[in-house]
Amino acid sequence: MTTLSIQLVNLFAAFLLLLAFAMLAQRRVLTLVNLYALQGLTVVAATTVVAHMTHQEHLYYSAILTLLLKVILIPWVLHRLIKRLNVRWDIETLINIPSTMLVGIVLVVFAFNLALPISKLSTSVVPGTLGIALACILLSFMMMITRSKALPQVIGFLAMENALFFAATSATYGMPMVVELGIALDVLVGVFILGVFLFQISEQFESLDIRNLENLKEE
Amino acid sequence: MLNMRAIDLVLWVIGAWIALGLLGILALHRFALVARVFFPLGAIGGLVLAFAAIRLLGSGMVDTKQLSLGLPQLPFHLRLDALSAFFLLVIGVASFGISLFAAGYFRAGEGTAPGLLCLEFHFFLASMALVLLADDAYAFMVAWESMALTSYFLVTANHRLPKIRAAGFLYLLIAHIGAIAILLCFGVLQANTGDYTFANMRVQNLSTFWASAAFLLAFFGFGAKAGILPLHVWLPEAHPAAPSPVSALMSGVMIKMAIYGLLRVTFDLLHLHIWWWGVVLLVLGLTTAIFGVIFAAVQVEMKRLLAYSSIENIGLLFTAMGLALLFRSYGMNTLAALALTACLYHVLGHALFKSLLFLTTGSVLHATGERNLGRLGGLIRFMPWVAWLALIGILASSGLPPFSGFVSEWLLLQSFLFTPGLPQPFLNMLIPIATASIALTAALAGYAMVKFFGVVFLGQPREEKLSEAHDAGVFEKIGMGWLALLTIGLGLAPNSILHLIDPVTRGLVGVGLAHPASANGWWLLTPTSMVRASYGPLYFLFGVVAAVVIAFVLVRLLYHARLRRSAPWGGGHPWRNSRMQDTAEGYGQPIRQIFEPFFHMDRHLPRPDDNEPEYHVVVTDKFWEGIYMPIARATEYISAKVGKLQQGRISIYLLYSFVTLIVILLLVPTARR
Amino acid sequence: MSRAFSQLISILTPILLAPLLLGWVNQMRAWLSNRRGPGVLQPYRMLHKLFNKDSVMADTASSLFRFAPYAVFGSMLLANAIIPTLSTDLPLASAADAIALVGLFALARIFISLAAMDIGTAFGTLGARREMLVGFLAEPALLTVLFSASLIGQSTALPTIVEAVAHKHFAIYPSLVFAGMAFILVFLAENARVPVDNPATHLELTMIHEAMILEYSGRHLALMEWAASLKLFAYSTLGIALFLPWGIGQKATPSSLLLALPSLALKLALIGIVLALVETFSAKLRIFRVPEFLATAFLLGVIGMLTHILLGA
Repeated sequence: MTTLSIQLVNLFAAFLLLLAFAMLAQRRVLTLVNLYALQGLTVVAATTVVAHMTHQEHLYYSAILTLLLKVILIPWVLHRLIKRLNVRWDIETLINIPSTMLVGIVLVVFAFNLALPISKLSTSVVPGTLGIALACILLSFMMMITRSKALPQVIGFLAMENALFFAATSATYGMPMVVELGIALDVLVGVFILGVFLFQISEQFESLDIRNLENLKEE
Repeated sequence: MLNMRAIDLVLWVIGAWIALGLLGILALHRFALVARVFFPLGAIGGLVLAFAAIRLLGSGMVDTKQLSLGLPQLPFHLRLDALSAFFLLVIGVASFGISLFAAGYFRAGEGTAPGLLCLEFHFFLASMALVLLADDAYAFMVAWESMALTSYFLVTANHRLPKIRAAGFLYLLIAHIGAIAILLCFGVLQANTGDYTFANMRVQNLSTFWASAAFLLAFFGFGAKAGILPLHVWLPEAHPAAPSPVSALMSGVMIKMAIYGLLRVTFDLLHLHIWWWGVVLLVLGLTTAIFGVIFAAVQVEMKRLLAYSSIENIGLLFTAMGLALLFRSYGMNTLAALALTACLYHVLGHALFKSLLFLTTGSVLHATGERNLGRLGGLIRFMPWVAWLALIGILASSGLPPFSGFVSEWLLLQSFLFTPGLPQPFLNMLIPIATASIALTAALAGYAMVKFFGVVFLGQPREEKLSEAHDAGVFEKIGMGWLALLTIGLGLAPNSILHLIDPVTRGLVGVGLAHPASANGWWLLTPTSMVRASYGPLYFLFGVVAAVVIAFVLVRLLYHARLRRSAPWGGGHPWRNSRMQDTAEGYGQPIRQIFEPFFHMDRHLPRPDDNEPEYHVVVTDKFWEGIYMPIARATEYISAKVGKLQQGRISIYLLYSFVTLIVILLLVPTARR
Repeated sequence: MSRAFSQLISILTPILLAPLLLGWVNQMRAWLSNRRGPGVLQPYRMLHKLFNKDSVMADTASSLFRFAPYAVFGSMLLANAIIPTLSTDLPLASAADAIALVGLFALARIFISLAAMDIGTAFGTLGARREMLVGFLAEPALLTVLFSASLIGQSTALPTIVEAVAHKHFAIYPSLVFAGMAFILVFLAENARVPVDNPATHLELTMIHEAMILEYSGRHLALMEWAASLKLFAYSTLGIALFLPWGIGQKATPSSLLLALPSLALKLALIGIVLALVETFSAKLRIFRVPEFLATAFLLGVIGMLTHILLGA
């Protein structure tokens, strides 16, 4: 448990927060997917460092799993989706971006205050990261709320899962392997199902604007 | 005269001001006498006041005195300590410049008779000085109310315009609501002892609840006078309505009396300091600052712009005070002293540069008859004196080095950067946001000030008649020059000002900064330690000036190219005129767009096919619609109901009196028991 | 003696090297767009030519217009003098810390904007308004970046910050990640670079900096251009000082200068390449996207300060 590894985990946590804000501020769908892949990579790096630091071998496996799934496979699927659905253009956000980020800062402060008592109880050597992970979850949620197109919402959902995973690794040195595998499978299946859904939506409405779904409610 | 006690000297000045005012009554219409003799004499009073204040600050003593004025058995208790002396200094130096300017400013035949103006003006000065001397609630309230009244009369000097009367009424109304809160605050502070002297209030040990109540009442009451959000609405109405020297006095000096009052109550009279008081001040102060500066940037009338800028500065002062209170509540007295020093420095700095800017608008107003920015422009060619003096004012107001505004901003930011030591993590997290807001406010102030100076003094005249504008007169030049000189001096020699502030913070929080600040030489400001932060304005100025001079000399020596004049490039248009410059609206447009949710906008945009296109946009305050109008409507509704009592028949009125009498008689025995 | 010498070096280096940096960036841009480019020495030739030309001044210009180039040049020079480029042993740096540095940039900005408004043409006022628009967001953003760094060094004095980051024991500061991102955005905006402004065009719809100095010519224009390159240099060295400070010497001994100079040149060359790459790959923003761009920088700076306090590092 060297100070260097602790600092590295902190650094990756900061990276995650930066990426969460970058996703919040990003208008282009393609860049959003790339940012998501980058986020996955950061989580992989953080997990590897934690694994090295705590000598827990199963964390290496989850790192490899994350790398395959969230850095390579899912972004690839998403890229294909974008190509097939032809939704590469910019997306307008529901609220303007500076205001969104301002709310984001409030969320960060809130998340940290929330995490403070928990991280005091935690045995982890990097207590600050729990707050960041929580903040990332809230920010991804926020991103889902402020977007009007379906694809960014899917990405927001995936980013949230990334943040959850990071929370688990940094605060409690990872979940048991079975749980992790289960979640990974869930995410994978979820992405495919969502992909199918997106196809259906775009065929039905000839657009991915989820505001169209408002028409489905009973009159 | 010179070895008198400081308090006696101050009282003599107050007496002299009152006498000058009364003399004004005797010479009601003798314009030349009033303007050229009485006002300059009043100015000298200001200088004496400043002298007395500096002497007291140097000696570090506290003078007290009792005057048996007013009611029998209830004398005025007077006390002159460092805090009062510092604010007396503010009055003194600012009023010297303003009075001299006023000597050249007031014109015969405008509004109120000159003698009456002289009376109101000097009574106003005297009552402000008396507010600072007061050491019991009675004297304080008398002085406070006469300050409000005299300034009301000064605001309505041009009472023939209905708009000015309305502004004056609004001012008086809010001033009185505030005064009631202050009175209630003193009521809480005396803790049922019945003794309203400040000396008694100092020894009371109030419970947390009552102390908080007193603080909130004081905050409301003094906040109303200072123009804190949402009690600011009178300020942008009253300041433009008043004649310019009066606006200068109100904006530069009078609203500082509210700062004094709040400092007196929270740091001197109350012993308990609770952390959330500081947070309240901090948050409301910051909101006020950002609100004020955003509104300043979109104004189209020069005095309204400055009035909103005053709201911004008041916000900054409250922020500094809030931070000081926060530090104080955790017993971090050195840091509290740092924040307080920033606050007091800004009080003095703002008093000088804002007075200066208001006075320049006065000169512009007299020279052109215009106060609308859209009809001004290019005045630097016709009134160079006023323009260059205004430039000093706007540079200080934008918080740029090496002027006075920068020093206080610098001190404030320094005290914020120390904050991570607070024991509450939640508060620590608020700090980056607060720091960033201060930085944003300062930068936006620069925007508003560039707009003010650029539209008024630079470019081409937007109206024909502007080319007949004349520069200010001798008295006006001296008055403004004095303020500009002090603004520069305040920026260049911060340590000597810190020596004046030192006894004040020593009195309030027990720590003074003068010694550590000048430990590395009087030219270098180091509030805590050399490694931590230092600022040497003289070096700074030397650096810039040396670079400028060397560049100039080298360019002149090495290159001998000449200079030709020709028409500016018009972008290929066959004709160009002065209307093609940005208007004030145009200059504020980006701010209007970015901060749209802040404004209530009434906009009329022309259609492309209009033959006579007309564009107008009116920006108003949302608070007016949101808070004040509902209250006004409710008041009207209630008074209409109450009005039904008024029947007009004498016998009904007699019935009312009769019923009242019966009720009181019924109550008396119950009260006895 | 060593102190004065070090100060002198740190003033002369920017004056002499600033046009070279600009030439380098322009040359890189030209190469990246498959042009041959005018060579890295072009800014020097340009300055020489401008100084020798007669100055043509609008007949509506006031004395402020003539004074402004000197004021802008002087402020930029002082700004360069207080940023530790080669060594942290700078006597002038005690006169102005990070906050005063931002103040200096603001002072220059206000003078250049006022000068632009002075002529009273539509272009000048347009440029001034846009410049102030960029400024009022870029300035606080830069301040938050500097504060993130000064929280680490527990000081706002630039040499102390550099020494804290470079010469104390090695540590990774997560807050600097945010500050670094914010700084890059501010850097691009403040130096009139591509996503915000394009120094190579005179298009009414987009120009900011060029619109303001449109009326300048001859020696005044030369000073303005030189000041602009000094500003680019100042921002580059500030970036180096905050984020890549390794190699900046503590004392101005000949040996440490020998070490510091090549490392500075290398880092500047690198910054030039990165800047040219960014400019080549990004498209110019619409003017009303600019506030959004800068607000992002500002908020990133705030988050940087927040992370410092939250992570306690």
